[in-house]
Amino acid sequence: MTRASLRRIFALVLRYWYLLQGSWPRIVDLVYWPTVQMLMWGFLQVYLAEKSSAMALAGGTFIGSVLLWDILFRGQIGFSVSFLEEMWSRNLANLMMTPLRVWEFIAALMVMSVIRLAIGFVPVSLMAIAFFGFNLWGLGIALAAFFANLIVTSWAIGLIASGVVLRNGLGAEALVWSIPFLLLPLACVYYPVEVLPAWLQPLSLALPPTHVFEGMRTLILEQRFDAGEMLWAAGLNAVCFAAAVAAFVAFLKSSRRAGSLLQLGE
Amino acid sequence: MDRETPEAQAHPIVVRDLAKRFGPVVAVDHISFAVPRGSVTGLLGGNGAGKTTTIAMLMGLLTPTAGEVRVLGRDMTHERHLVLDRVNFESPYVEMPLRLTVRQNLTIFGRLYGVPDLKGRIAELAEELALGDFLDRPSGKLSAGQKTRVALAKALVNRPDVLLLDEPTASLDPDTADWVRSHLERYRGERDTTILLASHNMPEVERLCDNVIMMKTGRIVDEGSPSGLITRYGRQNMEDVFLDVARGRRTGQLAESG
Repeated sequence: MTRASLRRIFALVLRYWYLLQGSWPRIVDLVYWPTVQMLMWGFLQVYLAEKSSAMALAGGTFIGSVLLWDILFRGQIGFSVSFLEEMWSRNLANLMMTPLRVWEFIAALMVMSVIRLAIGFVPVSLMAIAFFGFNLWGLGIALAAFFANLIVTSWAIGLIASGVVLRNGLGAEALVWSIPFLLLPLACVYYPVEVLPAWLQPLSLALPPTHVFEGMRTLILEQRFDAGEMLWAAGLNAVCFAAAVAAFVAFLKSSRRAGSLLQLGE
Repeated sequence: MDRETPEAQAHPIVVRDLAKRFGPVVAVDHISFAVPRGSVTGLLGGNGAGKTTTIAMLMGLLTPTAGEVRVLGRDMTHERHLVLDRVNFESPYVEMPLRLTVRQNLTIFGRLYGVPDLKGRIAELAEELALGDFLDRPSGKLSAGQKTRVALAKALVNRPDVLLLDEPTASLDPDTADWVRSHLERYRGERDTTILLASHNMPEVERLCDNVIMMKTGRIVDEGSPSGLITRYGRQNMEDVFLDVARGRRTGQLAESG
């Protein structure tokens, strides 16, 4: 990576940072929903644990799932919303006329995804300690492995969602918000893979996040870090991310052919 | 700096047999032209003539169906990243982030273009384009005239060798429009910049352009200097020449009809 590339990536990150720091509703939005989610699922788990011995044994898996799901969901939203900011402000043609390369643009969106996620995730994870005594940070190196895998998946989804919007205009914006929810049942966020019908399990196991959530449950319930699951997740993520980059580049090329870079409305 | 061929030095913009189709619609139909270094060339035509499509292909925002666009010697479909730091554009139809201040926007674009001593360059532009009063105001809260000056500042932030302008004075009052034209004339004179200008404003074309390319339904139907075209069509000004071209009255027909 050259100094010029780093300078351009930083320039774009600065652009999104200026936008965030000048808009308190954007900051509140980053913290609001993760807080609501965590509190709702946390209290539900407390209630179920009192009523069911199985749920009592499940310990913090619900809150753990909520927090890890938020990494995946908010990571993708952080990526895609930064991209959408360019569409909303009709600035994409300006950017595409600068020496900014596609991979630099993607790198800047990835950095912003982590920044936006951190703004929401850090306070909410601390609240989980305060309200429910669930310390996600206590997972240590395992948390780093979970985080790395989930954030890469979130970027892959963000790339595809952004590519679809780039090619089809803001009429396809709703996909940015809805695509990740397809993973919610299939990636077995709140339950083990065995719950799924046998025919659906291979599809579930082909998704990188499934291995992360399985790994998280193994860690909490059995106090054992399953490195094999993380390696599976990393391998699948490498394939998914490469495919997503290729899809984004293909959408961009298609936009250049169709002229949609100049017509960024609906 | 990139090494340029003698052809690229003489003609920083070269278009060869360029065509663009959108399904059955032919937007640009195999046009060719070259813009000499340091000149201002006007791209004229009615709505739907193919001007914006041509400029979009020059900027690398649109992939041609056929033909070639070379800017500063580089193919804009495959090699545009090699010259984009020496090119810029302005269009009232492409906005900058409205929530960011003028200074923030210029800082970001300056960094993207790799402008050295960026603070100094922004101060220089603020002075030249009289941006000082609203440099720290959000771009979205500016008047149309102020927005145009900011867009011009963005277009000049990297001191481009090639400048593409799509109706740079559209929707401006005569005073502001005159001010923008004066600035463009001064900038071109100082830096020997090559400018391609799409405009519907004929007095502007007469004043700024050394050469004019007239387009209709995606084709080049005539070209020449404004004074040469006015003489050839036997008219008083470019406005009348434009109407003759738009309505299909060619020079030969005019001579015959007396």
